[in-house]
Amino acid sequence: MNGFGYLRPATLQEAAEAYAAHPGARYLAGGTNLVDLMKLGVERPAFLVDVGRLPLDGIEELPDGSLRAGATVRNSDLAADPRVRDRYPALSQALLAGASGQLRNAATTGGNLLQRTRCPYFQDVGKPCNKRDPGSGCGALEGVHRDHAVLGHSEQCIATHPSDMAVALAALDARVELYGTDGTRDVPAADFHRLPGDHPERDSEIRPGEIVTGVLLPAATAGLPSAYRKARDRASYAFALASVAVVLRLADGVIEHVGLAFGGLAHKPWRARRAEEALRGAAPTPAALERAVDLELAAARPLGENAFKVPLARNLALDVLGRLTPAPAAV
Amino acid sequence: MPHTDTALGAPAERLEGRQKVTGAARYAAEYPLPGRAHAWPVPAAVARGRVAEVDTSAARALPGVLAVLTPGDAPRLAEPEDATLAVLQEPRVPHRGWCVALVVAETPETARAAARLVRVRYDSEPYDVELTEDHPDAHEPDVANAGLPGRVEHGDPEGAFAAAPTRVDVAYRVPPLHNHPMEPHATTAHWDDDRLTVYTSSQGGTTARSVLAQMFELPEDHVTVVSEHVGGGFGSKGTPRPDLVLAAMAALRTARPVTLAYPRRYLPTVVGHRAPTLHRLRLGAAPDGRLTAVVHEVTTHTSRVKEFVEQAAVPARVMYATPNLRTVHRVVALDVPSPSWMRAPGESPGMYALESAVDELAEALGMDPIRLRIRNEPVHEPGTGKPFSSRHLVQCLREGARRFGWDERDPRPRSRREGPWLLGTGVAAATYPSSAVPATATARALPDGTFTVRINATDIGTGARTVLAQIAADTLGTALDRVRTEIGHSDLPPAWLAGGSTGTASWGWAVHDACADLAARLAAHTGPLPAEGLDAHADTAGKADAEVPYARHAFGAHFAEVAVDTVTGETRVRRLLGVFAAGHILNPRTARSQFTGGMIMGLGMALTESSTLDPAFGDFTECDLASYHVPANADVPAVEAHWIEEDDTHLNPMGAKGIGEIGIVGTAAAIGNAVHHATGVRCRELPLTPDRILAGLPAAG
Repeated sequence: MNGFGYLRPATLQEAAEAYAAHPGARYLAGGTNLVDLMKLGVERPAFLVDVGRLPLDGIEELPDGSLRAGATVRNSDLAADPRVRDRYPALSQALLAGASGQLRNAATTGGNLLQRTRCPYFQDVGKPCNKRDPGSGCGALEGVHRDHAVLGHSEQCIATHPSDMAVALAALDARVELYGTDGTRDVPAADFHRLPGDHPERDSEIRPGEIVTGVLLPAATAGLPSAYRKARDRASYAFALASVAVVLRLADGVIEHVGLAFGGLAHKPWRARRAEEALRGAAPTPAALERAVDLELAAARPLGENAFKVPLARNLALDVLGRLTPAPAAV
Repeated sequence: MPHTDTALGAPAERLEGRQKVTGAARYAAEYPLPGRAHAWPVPAAVARGRVAEVDTSAARALPGVLAVLTPGDAPRLAEPEDATLAVLQEPRVPHRGWCVALVVAETPETARAAARLVRVRYDSEPYDVELTEDHPDAHEPDVANAGLPGRVEHGDPEGAFAAAPTRVDVAYRVPPLHNHPMEPHATTAHWDDDRLTVYTSSQGGTTARSVLAQMFELPEDHVTVVSEHVGGGFGSKGTPRPDLVLAAMAALRTARPVTLAYPRRYLPTVVGHRAPTLHRLRLGAAPDGRLTAVVHEVTTHTSRVKEFVEQAAVPARVMYATPNLRTVHRVVALDVPSPSWMRAPGESPGMYALESAVDELAEALGMDPIRLRIRNEPVHEPGTGKPFSSRHLVQCLREGARRFGWDERDPRPRSRREGPWLLGTGVAAATYPSSAVPATATARALPDGTFTVRINATDIGTGARTVLAQIAADTLGTALDRVRTEIGHSDLPPAWLAGGSTGTASWGWAVHDACADLAARLAAHTGPLPAEGLDAHADTAGKADAEVPYARHAFGAHFAEVAVDTVTGETRVRRLLGVFAAGHILNPRTARSQFTGGMIMGLGMALTESSTLDPAFGDFTECDLASYHVPANADVPAVEAHWIEEDDTHLNPMGAKGIGEIGIVGTAAAIGNAVHHATGVRCRELPLTPDRILAGLPAAG
């Protein structure tokens, strides 16, 4: 078999040092994706640094009213946390829309962010994939791509990011906290994942050796009305055909704050900045909502088999936006 | 002899239930024979061509690797009747995924790692995997699956259709589907000199034994096949699959016991699939709903390895009275994996198309779909003119309508709405043939008052072991717990496989006859029994396969209620209700599980399941259970199965019809008809996924 080294470090520093000391190392947490990929031969780490038991499993309130979820908090626990359910309902809903009960019990917050695409060509080492094997080509582009990207894809890669959680985090203006040998930093969740461009092998902006230590849910979006909705091929345990997370605050009949992100459409959670800009300051009339969503989705470049994702995403966005804005007064 | 309540018809619990839930039941890959090694296949990476060279050096250099078998050096075997079993015998690659090498190693992990180090060079050739209605290579076969005629026709179907006042001319498509039983195809093989023993996940050990004996040129009594517990098959383990032959070859080469548990990802290309079917249905009717023409034309694919023709036009030969009938199949050999049996081959896709078209005809006539079906109830089987041994389709429809509340239905499409949900209901009929094949069995009475029944039957999760014990207990007039059933071993009296819903009828017949004979001997016996007991043997050859002047089928009716989300196009089934007429139900507990299991598989066929033949690579895109969507618990609502007891004396001593398959037949049509009723959208391609439904709904906003 493919042998690999294994270490369970006690501290972040030990973890980062172990990673640096072992070329070809990978961080392991819940293992719900990495272990599968190892079995498939997609990942062949020479060394596993098991960060799953680092003391990062707490959810704590910070003095400014924000909430920090540690990287090893299990998806089930994060979804069930009363503060998350109460203040960031879109996040709780997104987590519960993902995977299965068993997987959510094992999968971690950090691992959820760093999971790889489920593109079948990526997972099949017998087929070309620029993400897995740069320069080998994109099997999905020639082959079957009903589930693939309609926004922001490149000739190199049309994969989508599979996470539901990350879509909610992007809409909620969450930040991803990172630890590396160069110190700590944090990046907006909406900018954490990247578009494929010419480097589809890079899913995110994480630097080699960096560890996700947690996710910061900001005070600014705490308690705002928010919701997540996902369309899929079966009622549970299926990835999003399309999904949407919306955070929205009205003031004096106009939209004062809006965060809107799509899942299942792109290589990253797609923060709909153009739609948001169009909505900010506008009265939430059906026409205004439609105009804004259409403005965003005008950038879509469907690939034929997946053209349905555009009207599906439109319907989802309008549905959730509509639910978060009061019904127009009866005339 | 102690008299007990009749065991037949009682809801006996599975005899092996405790073993299964405690993990004590052994499956094929779970026999830890001393020195056991593990095999891992190397699938072909081209859709058509030849293996030019296999470089095994890197694989063999990996510590723990025992052997790498290739088409160049694998043991030469006698040519099998089923060409899918001629693995590693020649360099030809007939489809992507075909086994081109096999690694044997000390552990499955090493075998897997080494398999990735095997370098195969191919001479690849252009290939074609796309089935179309007008494919130039399509031909009309004389015989479709199950030995049925490819074409059955009478009257003037073209003329009658053209002249019909009301006509429906529609095309339906059913995609490739996969059985995906929980237990993968697996075999543990072990040689002792020139004697071969295999533990294999199979629906029929008798066939496995004769295949191994033939291919390895052994006397049959040198081959032992054990299939004591099998984790599902749904047709895909009916006859042996490559794992059986590969494991036996690997064990021969290494002189070690070898287990090959086929990896889930590789199953779709090597163990068979339900072939895609393209249907054209033409129904012509008089104003009163009487059918004047039924034309069902099916185009399907097969592989270059063997011809398998999904007999999807067959149910139209059984279902409705019509003076003008045409049922015909066309098949195209493509560079695709070989199709095979999947639960109710023929009836399952065929009744989806036929029963959807009947619903369309009802709409065109402005007639209730149940009334339309009753109006066309035949006196004799349309395809053969034979009388039915029993047929209670009308009673199933009426009983189902009563239980389901059909009479309260507003027939207009889009007439029920609940917020964003459109609600609808649909109905469809079901049918499946009832037959039996010869089998042998022995029954033994022991001095302690217990009995042993022996037959090489297979329980693939159906409850066969239990129901055979019930048949024995009933025939012997004893209590169920005094009967021991031995099945799943080739040392036992031979019997045919678990397939075609024939198991209980065939095996039960032999068990019944053996037990009846034993009961007679016991009645004539005086004094204590000898220590070795008293035996009786039965062979139903000549009885079970006797020609009968009757058409024998089970029938049923499905009712479905669905909700379709107008925002997403997602369809959720709210209720499924089936009523079946399948002779005498021998065990209501396991029978209900068979019916509802079939209905849930039909729900999957309707809404979630499909395999995509990748035009760019030639294999199936969905290779795991994350992407091949069998229904999850959240997809499965209230599912009810009921039945009407039939007293049919033309079947077998138990009066039973097979029930393993009819549950899936018609379910997809009932759901599709309900989706149409809910939305007004008639989607004629399965599965009814959100993209397809949404395309038919008016745009939001």
